[in-house]
Amino acid sequence: MELADAILQGNRLALARLLTQVENDTPEGHLVLDSLYAYTGKAHLIGVTGAPGTGKSSLVNQLARVYRNPPQGHTPRRVGIVAVDPSSPFTGGAILGDRVRMRDLAGDPGVFIRSMATRGSLGGLAAATSGMVLALDAAGFEVILIETVGAGQAEVDIVRLAHTTLVVEAPGLGDEIQAIKAGILEIADLLVVNKADRPGVENTERALRGMLQLAHPVARTHGLHHGLHHGVAVTGRQPDQETVESTVWQPPVLRTVATEGTGVVELYNEIARHREYLENSGEWERREHTRLRSELEVLLQAALVARWRQTYGSQGAVQAVLERVLSRELSPWQAVTTLLDGLGE
Amino acid sequence: MMTERKIRVVVAKPGLDGHDRGAKVVARALRDAGMEVIYTGLRQTPEMVAEAALQEDVDAVGLSILSGAHMALVPRVLELLRTNGQEHVKVFVGGIIPDEDVPRLMEAGVVGVYGPGTVTDDIIQDIRRAVAASATA
Repeated sequence: MELADAILQGNRLALARLLTQVENDTPEGHLVLDSLYAYTGKAHLIGVTGAPGTGKSSLVNQLARVYRNPPQGHTPRRVGIVAVDPSSPFTGGAILGDRVRMRDLAGDPGVFIRSMATRGSLGGLAAATSGMVLALDAAGFEVILIETVGAGQAEVDIVRLAHTTLVVEAPGLGDEIQAIKAGILEIADLLVVNKADRPGVENTERALRGMLQLAHPVARTHGLHHGLHHGVAVTGRQPDQETVESTVWQPPVLRTVATEGTGVVELYNEIARHREYLENSGEWERREHTRLRSELEVLLQAALVARWRQTYGSQGAVQAVLERVLSRELSPWQAVTTLLDGLGE
Repeated sequence: MMTERKIRVVVAKPGLDGHDRGAKVVARALRDAGMEVIYTGLRQTPEMVAEAALQEDVDAVGLSILSGAHMALVPRVLELLRTNGQEHVKVFVGGIIPDEDVPRLMEAGVVGVYGPGTVTDDIIQDIRRAVAASATA
């Protein structure tokens, strides 16, 4: 397979073309991914999510810089970036503006940035994001940063895709009730208070930490007095803590100022620590298992629907049943039963 | 299962002038026409523009230049696109371009030059036509 070979040899144009095929869900794209799949599974997938305007793109930019020029003793990593922005629900068009904040990465062959529009998906990612991540993984990018759309409360698809999820907050966005609601904060492996040079940073940090203590009573009893240092759970050198550290992950709360790069090396270190935790606790395999299972289910559903349409679901049949639903002769549930009747036989 | 093929366009402002209003108006118009616009912002080098065009695998590149440096910047972008194997990418230029430079830019391979007062619908039609022509070619 020509395209697959070119990608494995590091051809960037070939990779860009495959990403388009995957995004457009073409049969050609599937074939190339089939042959590349064996080369995947090596990358550390890091999700970056949070409300619009919290500075996700700037943070991704800075994190990528640290992965390219890490602290002494660390190996530079090749970084793939997938940045998702919303499609207009009315025209289907999109402005993908995340690259504006990533100009520091220009000209580095160890970085590949791809923007994508949601194209109707609602969970903060696009339907093709996981396929695009696979392509980057096969192309040898060791760290893949996935930036979601500006997400509010329920856009939590990222947690099924990423190994490590960063939730980015900024001062002045919400109160404690926001922080204890279900949703985006629950999925954080690391909480980042960006724009930490702004007023109100202590309040934001306190609210987040309060929320964590409610959510992680175990971690609280073990961590509050000696395990926490400036909000960062100390990697327990104390022997009596080691067992706890390996089974319970307490999301650290970190401060950054992404525009200046402040706190980003610390964030890099905490991500490394999270990866270590994932590997030592068996959580890495568990997340891979969950991710692939949910991906299989999605594909299975899509394939079943497609097959059903081909065999039974002629437009005429659907239209006829729809008429009966409109006239209140059938409920929507009865309509579905009627339409699926042919399947089992 | 195949999703509809979208036209993808990089809109960039190469060079040193800081007037990005025109670029933003065009980006917005293309978005409203259903295209996916990768907006890259101010002060891009031709190398940065070409790199974005490559990574994003776009169909077209829009360059907004008001600094007078178009005769240096535009041919350089075209050359880099060719070097990268992206000769199929359509390049259009907007901004302040003297009339006498327009034919020279078109000769260099630009598909359209749009000055102040251009109706954005014209740009949209031109991009659609140029992209469709190269898709069937």
